[in-house]
Amino acid sequence: MSVSVQEADFDVGAEIAALSAGRDDVGAVASFVGLVRADKSVEKVMPPTQPGAVCPADGGGEMAIADSHAAPAVQAMTLEHYPGMTEKALDAIVAEARGRWDVFGVRVIHRVGRLLPGDRIVFVAVASAHRGDAFAACEFIMDYLKTRAPFWKKEETPAGGHWVDARESDDQAAERWAPGKE
Amino acid sequence: MEVKILFFAGLREAIGAGSESLALPANVATVGALRDHLAARGEAWSVLATTKNLRAAVNQQMVDADTSIKAGDEIAFFPPVTGG
Repeated sequence: MSVSVQEADFDVGAEIAALSAGRDDVGAVASFVGLVRADKSVEKVMPPTQPGAVCPADGGGEMAIADSHAAPAVQAMTLEHYPGMTEKALDAIVAEARGRWDVFGVRVIHRVGRLLPGDRIVFVAVASAHRGDAFAACEFIMDYLKTRAPFWKKEETPAGGHWVDARESDDQAAERWAPGKE
Repeated sequence: MEVKILFFAGLREAIGAGSESLALPANVATVGALRDHLAARGEAWSVLATTKNLRAAVNQQMVDADTSIKAGDEIAFFPPVTGG
């Protein structure tokens, strides 16, 4: 069972340990844990003309201005997915990683349902003989997961709920792994 | 020719339904034609025409608009994904 889509939290330590349990050929386990973040800060800066966007009176520096235009804090997040297709898409991504790097084991867990800031949302770990393959495969799986696996985030903020827009930077991150670009 | 159609995330909310079964008109033979057919219902359905970078899947595989569809297919429409 290398891929799980579930509401429940997961035990990072136990998952990492399981990848090398009972074998002596694993030299590296690389892992990634994604968390729900409350503050979107300067990443989603509102245009200056946005109604209600007020600069602080003492806002002289760039940072102060950027902060005052920051998106409202995320109070919770709901993850929707496409049961059946999501698991297939993740299986396909793992299979592609296994074809491109020498890896012994892969574990992918993605949570769905309502999550709070600080909650774990996604886990990817790859076991290999050497760190190079483990790091690369782990990052590849995350980049492809973000652009190919059917999950959608809806954020709850003081201003209401809204579906998160896909980010061009995620497409660019996935594009790095296209043939001939490594 | 009957197909199952699914909608997810913002599309599902805008349309007000997550799925439906539909007997396809004879002139609707591709995913893109189905999108146009549904969008032409008007009002909330126009979201299918206006969503930027609308994605589609046939039988749980991501496909392009010119992919042909056949009886019994499961066709899904959704916005670009935002997991991870």
